[in-house]
Amino acid sequence: MTAELHEELTDPHADPHADQLDHGAASSRPLKSRISEPQPRGAKIRGNRPVDQSEAANRFMAATEHEAMHDARLWDLRQKRDKEMHGIEEWEELRNLASGIKEHTLSKLDYYLELFEKNATANGIKVHWAKDGAEHNAIVLEILRSKGVERLIKSKSMLTEECGFREFMAHNNVEVIETDLGERIQQLDDEAPSHVVVPAVHKLRTDVASVFAKTIGSDPDNADAHYLTECQREATRPLILSAQAGMTGGNFVVAETGTFVVCTNEGNADLSANTPPLHIASIGIEKLIPGLDDLAVFIRLLSRSALGSPITQYTSHFRGPREGGEMHVVLVDNGRSERLGMEKFWPGLKCIRCGACMNTCPVFRRSGGLSYGATYAGPIGLIIDPTFNVHKYRNLPYSSTMNGSCTNVCPVKINIHEQIADWRKTLAGDGEISPVKKVMMKAAGEVLASPVVYRASLPLGRSALRHLPHFMLYNKLNTWGRKRDIPETPKQTFNEWYRKNRKQQGEGEKS
Amino acid sequence: MKVGLFVPCYVDMFHPETGIATLELLERFGLSVEYPVDQTCCGQPMTNTGCEREAAKTEELFVRNFEKYDYVVTPSGSCTNQVRNNMTAIDQTDAVKHVRSRTYELVEFLHDVLKIDAFPWAEFPHRVALHNNCNTLRNLRIASMSERREESFSKPKALLKMVRGIEFADLTRPDECCGFGGTFSVFEEGVSAKMGQDKVTDQLKSGAEYVTSSDSSCMMHQEGCARRMGANLKYIHIAQILNGARA
Repeated sequence: MTAELHEELTDPHADPHADQLDHGAASSRPLKSRISEPQPRGAKIRGNRPVDQSEAANRFMAATEHEAMHDARLWDLRQKRDKEMHGIEEWEELRNLASGIKEHTLSKLDYYLELFEKNATANGIKVHWAKDGAEHNAIVLEILRSKGVERLIKSKSMLTEECGFREFMAHNNVEVIETDLGERIQQLDDEAPSHVVVPAVHKLRTDVASVFAKTIGSDPDNADAHYLTECQREATRPLILSAQAGMTGGNFVVAETGTFVVCTNEGNADLSANTPPLHIASIGIEKLIPGLDDLAVFIRLLSRSALGSPITQYTSHFRGPREGGEMHVVLVDNGRSERLGMEKFWPGLKCIRCGACMNTCPVFRRSGGLSYGATYAGPIGLIIDPTFNVHKYRNLPYSSTMNGSCTNVCPVKINIHEQIADWRKTLAGDGEISPVKKVMMKAAGEVLASPVVYRASLPLGRSALRHLPHFMLYNKLNTWGRKRDIPETPKQTFNEWYRKNRKQQGEGEKS
Repeated sequence: MKVGLFVPCYVDMFHPETGIATLELLERFGLSVEYPVDQTCCGQPMTNTGCEREAAKTEELFVRNFEKYDYVVTPSGSCTNQVRNNMTAIDQTDAVKHVRSRTYELVEFLHDVLKIDAFPWAEFPHRVALHNNCNTLRNLRIASMSERREESFSKPKALLKMVRGIEFADLTRPDECCGFGGTFSVFEEGVSAKMGQDKVTDQLKSGAEYVTSSDSSCMMHQEGCARRMGANLKYIHIAQILNGARA
């Protein structure tokens, strides 16, 4: 396949960075991939068995090119976010406001949902209610069938990932075409998005070249980003133009105006919504905000937090169907009402899906989003995924050092690292903890509760550490020693030193 | 002012010199410091893993050991955070509340309570990279955090600046977690070690001879990584530098 490159891209004398802005993806340093390393795949899903995130993370890190690129790219986003933050004097005030608006709206969610329904209906939007993913999929299918739709173009939506929407449509003979470039790459590779904002960030250009070579016939040896983008543009544009329906998500739903807002950088939501006459928007019920004044707060925070750009390229307001067209909004619960009733975990519903917590998370950057084996990866995933399936995702809250950086970058001030700790407590209390952890902690709790038992346990352990040869220590049972040396044990503990040097001078007191 | 010294289990076991430096340093300021010899641990390993019930007896023991003191001081922000913010497995009696509100990490005790303005005996003519434990940084607020828009400050750096001859090495990711994370370092060994290696690489690039921190736990992990990597870096607790250690 030969793609027609735009002139400025083929001009050998042109400075490729001449017109680029000093923010957003435009100024990102190209991270060159020299060796072609196979792309590591995500977590192994085995029915309802608990996902082993660390197993998948280890495979991701073994692919050193991928891990290094992933870490560098996401850290770059974090740094850009910091730069934007420092440019806004009232940043922390904005976060407080955003958190307050979300808390207010969630506390009166029934009122705002009905207000939206009333105003949207008056605007000519057809509003549907779905209690779960299955109901959502059935509603959308019915709308599509009533119009004889065979091809649907859609923009990125995490909610439709929750609903297993693409597989459902495939079974029902509706062709779904993703229009976000990253999401399209993931669709063609039959992989879920690995990140809520940059869904193919775990892939190198060489991975994309190989996916496109297999699926749209591009040159497998050409991993130039411009070439690959042009190939995709040429392959997808005819499909977009001939689709009979378009689907988007919705970043914000404004109750007072009965409108909704979609933020993208590629303009693909606008293509999806405006090209065909039928527009369906699938939106989670937690996306409600009261009015347009409130929206302003979120628009200032969203892209700065996500990509470190002041605003997304497109902030599109949808008010109603165009002449002769139809606009549907499907409001989806899918566990949200239940989550709203969870004393410790309801604040997760404030999430605006900016991905800042993923970008800053040192575990996420080393593991890749697909290692979590769930719709939502990274810190926000750790606290949301168990609400969908507590058994399957019971290990995820342990995939964190609880360093707290996620909480600090969250534009709506979700107490993410505290909720991770709360999930661990909840899981252990409900018996959803691995037997190894349980046994170890029970033993530790008993030993540490008794000074006599504790002190008695020490000399043995220490002499073992001191005298056993390396091959005994650095084995499978001792995970500490695989990649780290064990600290040398000194001749005496502090306790022994103190008893010898200080205690005789009085009951633990220096004279 | 009666001060109880808490020496965390891993400091007791692997880094007694940190406990000794903490004790001697506090005594230099004329404090009466006691180390209750029946102490074990703050309960963090169990709490951190979610096993709150299993932490209860250890927490009770901690309170029994320290309730008689005006202040409890420890060379660990991570353990201080456990006592102050997470010691909730037991009934919140007056004794428990007293211990929880009076437990201080060494640096904040020197900086906020004693308001120390000189360490005349301290001299450390070396290039030093400072590492802040994440609990100490983001929960105890020992320094400003790079994610937040706030006035820049650092209590450990303010103290270290009073040490003659010290020079600071800047890390490219100063707030990035080193991957220790308590039980995380054992249960999620792969990611933990990788984060530790990346931290050591950053420290090496900074040109530091020494790394210092108010938490031995992170440094134990970093030192383990550094040794395996063959990195020429030395790790020393801030208490030792402030107490006048000479390399």
